[in-house]
Amino acid sequence: MDLKDLYRDVIVDHNRHPRNFRPMPDADRHAEGFNPLCGDRLTLFVKLDGDRISDVSFQGSGCAISVASASLLTESVRGRTVADAERLFASMHELLTRDEAVADPAVLGKLAALSGVREFPARVKCASLCWHTLDAALHREAEPVSTE
Amino acid sequence: MSAVQATRPAALLPPLDPEAVRADFPVLARQVNGKPLCYLDNAASSQRPRAVIDAISGYYENSHANVHRGVHRLSQEATDLFEGARETLRRFINARSTREVIFVRGTTEAINLVAQSYARPRLQPGDEIVISWLEHHANIVPWQMVCEQTGAKLRVIPITRRGEVDFDAFLGLLGERTRLLALAHVSNALGTVVPVDRFIREARRRGIPVLLDGAQAAPHLKVDVQALDCDFYCFSGHKMCGPTGIGVLYGRESLLEAMPPWQGGGDMILAVSFERTVYNALPYKFEAGTPHIAGAIGLAAAVDYLEALGLERIAAAEQSLLEYATQRLLEVPGLEIVGTAPHKAAVASFTVAGVHPHDLGTILDAEGVAIRTGHHCAMPVMDFFGVPATARASFAFYNTRAEIDCLVAALRVAREMLA
Repeated sequence: MDLKDLYRDVIVDHNRHPRNFRPMPDADRHAEGFNPLCGDRLTLFVKLDGDRISDVSFQGSGCAISVASASLLTESVRGRTVADAERLFASMHELLTRDEAVADPAVLGKLAALSGVREFPARVKCASLCWHTLDAALHREAEPVSTE
Repeated sequence: MSAVQATRPAALLPPLDPEAVRADFPVLARQVNGKPLCYLDNAASSQRPRAVIDAISGYYENSHANVHRGVHRLSQEATDLFEGARETLRRFINARSTREVIFVRGTTEAINLVAQSYARPRLQPGDEIVISWLEHHANIVPWQMVCEQTGAKLRVIPITRRGEVDFDAFLGLLGERTRLLALAHVSNALGTVVPVDRFIREARRRGIPVLLDGAQAAPHLKVDVQALDCDFYCFSGHKMCGPTGIGVLYGRESLLEAMPPWQGGGDMILAVSFERTVYNALPYKFEAGTPHIAGAIGLAAAVDYLEALGLERIAAAEQSLLEYATQRLLEVPGLEIVGTAPHKAAVASFTVAGVHPHDLGTILDAEGVAIRTGHHCAMPVMDFFGVPATARASFAFYNTRAEIDCLVAALRVAREMLA
């Protein structure tokens, strides 16, 4: 177990300087996510142009893994279609939970930096919270998303 | 040498020798992630000395049978050990009688028992239960449930910025409709020792019964329920070197007598027919089903162990660790201690600027240091201080200054990595 595997430079950078960290008053969709174990809370905003995600941002507070994961998510899904974003969610889910999953940089890009999280089972929920929240926003689920 | 062999009065004894005490706890010798374990999560659950482990396995190896039932030899031995454990616990808290000592699963079950069996039948719509802002969820939610069931209201005593229960505000909350005061003896999230004597005196003067949540107090303070003059006192074995799944509800006998059983079954009856059941006497009326016999025996062994070390010596060792930890922690840049009451148990709850508590927990674990991070089952306390979570280091008499040095070094690593 090496901490450097968890807190890679990309993650530390996105935690210190989260991208697209702003409210979006004219969002088409938004959803709230909550991780009761560590108190992570985030709101994800999505603007749609047809079935394409034209803008995405987030706000909230959380640990380095959850903030960095949300920040990386916003960079990764902007410009994608909803179906494409859902495929990315499935790939991320596999990366975070399946021991034998291999991060394919061609599919995941910078998101591959989160592959170390699965060595820390207590932290998987931190990384996946924003993805579940995005899923809820895209499907207009009114209830806040909880990792529990 | 075993640290348990001390027999002189505590006041005459030298301070505890941490190395001798540590040798009594097998788990303290292990490593975590290649580093020596620094176990600083004692407020969540303490570790077990060999004496407790041996008492439990000795019972299972030699004397196990069901209690209060058989005429055979093992059943008699098990009953003697179980009831002997009750007497040890009675002496530990200075209850008047073993009829006032009810074995339960833990503090949570004890509070739920009082909420359902004492409060629920008595409460009318508009009646009030007073708790404080410091409470663990276990001393909030059972009262919320009984309020929903009866139409009673929950009133909450505010706390100060230092994490003390506001006594003047408490006086203002007491009124004609106050039916119960339920108060933490020691805060689990912050370590505040609540000066419960003052609160109990005011409540009793007005005829209001008092329940104390002693989960964090029993291992660290001398608890004397007669001197406290409280009506109910609840604590758990696993926070005082005993097993999980066992705890004690102390109740004033006259109140317990008047309360209906809260669970029905074997052991709590004298006679059963389909027309009528006669309930057993105290304390068995509240102990339906086969109890956690090994748990009670293990808890009594923990009490014997703690008393042999000397409760005053334990308290002195823990206060010395708290002072040292507070001073060392404040040397870490950006560290802020949450909860600064003048009288605290050995708990340091803190935040570090730029590093989320959950990240601290992971980074410290890699260094072998175990602390609790999160809301500590006290979300209202977190809300009061405007933080989502804190990191909490909590010390027991078997901890050392060297372990606190490890904690501080690991916090510096975390800051370098993330802040």
